[in-house]
Amino acid sequence: MKTSVTAGPHAERLSTLVSNKPAKVDSKTGLELFRDMTLGRRFEDKCAEMYYRGKMFGFVHLYNGQEAISTGVIGAMRRKHDWFCSTYRDHVHALSAGVPAREVMSELFGKETGCSKGRGGSMHLFSKEHHLLGGYAFIGEGIPVALGSAFTSRYKRDAQGDSTSDAVTAAFFGDGTCNNGQFFECLNMAQLWKLPILFVVENNKWAIGMAHDRATSEPEIWRKASAFGMAGEEVDGMDVLAVRGAAERALERARSGEGPTLLECLTYRYRGHSLADPDELRKEEEKQFWAKRDPLKGLESDLIKSGLVSEDQLRMIEKEIDQEVVDAVDFALAAKEPEPSELTRYIWAED
Amino acid sequence: MAGTLLFNALREAIDEEMARDSNVCVMGEDVGQYGGSYKVTKDLYEKYGELRVLDTPIAENSFTGMAVGAAMTGLRPIVEGMNMGFLLLAFNQISNNMGMLRYTSGGNFTIPTVVRGPGGVGRQLGAEHSQRLEAYFHAVPGIKIVACSTPTNAKGLMKAAIRDDNPVLFFEHVLLYNLSEDLPSGDYICALDQADIVREGNDVTILTYSRMRHHCLKAVEKLDSEGVDVELIDLISLKPFDMKTIAASIRKTHRVIIVEECMKTGGIGAELIALITEQCFDELDCPPVRLSSQDIPTPYNGQLENLTIIQPHQIVETAKQMIAKGV
Repeated sequence: MKTSVTAGPHAERLSTLVSNKPAKVDSKTGLELFRDMTLGRRFEDKCAEMYYRGKMFGFVHLYNGQEAISTGVIGAMRRKHDWFCSTYRDHVHALSAGVPAREVMSELFGKETGCSKGRGGSMHLFSKEHHLLGGYAFIGEGIPVALGSAFTSRYKRDAQGDSTSDAVTAAFFGDGTCNNGQFFECLNMAQLWKLPILFVVENNKWAIGMAHDRATSEPEIWRKASAFGMAGEEVDGMDVLAVRGAAERALERARSGEGPTLLECLTYRYRGHSLADPDELRKEEEKQFWAKRDPLKGLESDLIKSGLVSEDQLRMIEKEIDQEVVDAVDFALAAKEPEPSELTRYIWAED
Repeated sequence: MAGTLLFNALREAIDEEMARDSNVCVMGEDVGQYGGSYKVTKDLYEKYGELRVLDTPIAENSFTGMAVGAAMTGLRPIVEGMNMGFLLLAFNQISNNMGMLRYTSGGNFTIPTVVRGPGGVGRQLGAEHSQRLEAYFHAVPGIKIVACSTPTNAKGLMKAAIRDDNPVLFFEHVLLYNLSEDLPSGDYICALDQADIVREGNDVTILTYSRMRHHCLKAVEKLDSEGVDVELIDLISLKPFDMKTIAASIRKTHRVIIVEECMKTGGIGAELIALITEQCFDELDCPPVRLSSQDIPTPYNGQLENLTIIQPHQIVETAKQMIAKGV
């Protein structure tokens, strides 16, 4: 695909990507991917609506535009077996990991039925049941936690002799995080100990208002893997099949004991940093460029062109998802607030 | 004398718990092949292997966060701060993730971790290696803070900390590692939340912890010879305080002195006095007194260093003045 110079160097990289094989999927998987991405998109659109209607508070960071990454990576992994670690932009990772939309929406409404019992909020979604290690609100602090989860997998296998221990951990974070010490420290340790972890960079070019190329001396993040002797790959983060293909290769390396992978996904967020961001710095040409590469439309086109699915099937999924999202909102609105008497509960393990 | 040195008492505790539970592991700088900078993990690398006694690169915040993730997924890591002061670099992981994560996750995860290592003012180690981080970490919700002071309580508290399902910051003192004592036989633990009444007395309560316990013992001896009957309490638990034991003592003596090695401003004693004032005000015959370190970076010069921290004679003088007021 031709790129536009006005969209800037981040966009230009899409035309010079080191080619990589997209995943091959059957119609069942294709529909699952479409369903997951549609849920992510429509859930977030509903969040914006609820935020502006005063039902949701605090900082809310939406994932629109980046769906191919959550779906591409988590969809290639084993839910409730592998582990997932996110950031403050965590709603869609939680949904992809299988946390019910009702629980995520309830959490955003601060309700007791939320996956973090209303104590966490948008940036702190957790689900032990769904192996979601959490949303982490400070830049980079989730990466060491994910490293610890990957360490446990190796520990169980090699120190405790459990040969079935093959869980892989995926740590998601953005381009801004890749200038933070924890990123480099954890890349080093992961490769040093050959830990089963995927470092998934969602490079959407903007760390709030700091453009990626103004913040880093080497904008091609995947290349930093080589400094640690680690496998690195760059991928079109707007193409779910390309992301899934890269994730499959990384997972194979991780499960076979070859260690971590740094996967840089080139993407773009369709909304501001958070719903509180006036979004004044990003140029219209740039937004237009990425809007034309909407990952949902891309997948739809791929699936229909390959004859795997019909348009009717996709429209049906969208209807079902709309119902699911409405149901999640209705459930969350009706759900109970946490009991004031339980204000101090969950501080200690015994409570 | 056959006793056990304090660092070996800690080592025994870790060894016994690692043997008892294969989820218990150690991580930190030089804990493995080197055996720990104060030899608390000596030979455990050979015994348990490189994953259970993991030598980490010098990356405090990241390996502390790694312990959090390992704890969330089933392990019980013990993190060694080679010097507790280095853990300033791990403040984010200790505060946000060790301390707060169980709460923010609505009880999804527990973080059974121990963060241990040497703190306190040593002998001319300079300002950075002489810090008392217990005061800095005191406000962090969700963590327990304990300070050991003898070989016996070091072993019993360490075992309790490892078995506890909450994160525990475990303060050792750089000048106490070579204290020697006969340990109780068998598998014993010391409660993490109980103060130790070191000496019973009726005239004045002295509350202290860590190395200052031994300064206080010297003072108590002198005071005893001058007819002042001190009740000496080692706090052991710096968070939460054992207010039951503390209040019972104040109801008896009606006078309280706090002796601490941390700096006065924002220190352990500051919080303790606030609580005593809230809970025991009517029992006090005179204002409580804090004997704390100076609010300065610890100087290198030996004489200045001694002037920075409280010395036994100051404890003696303060107690005598308090009694002399005759209230």
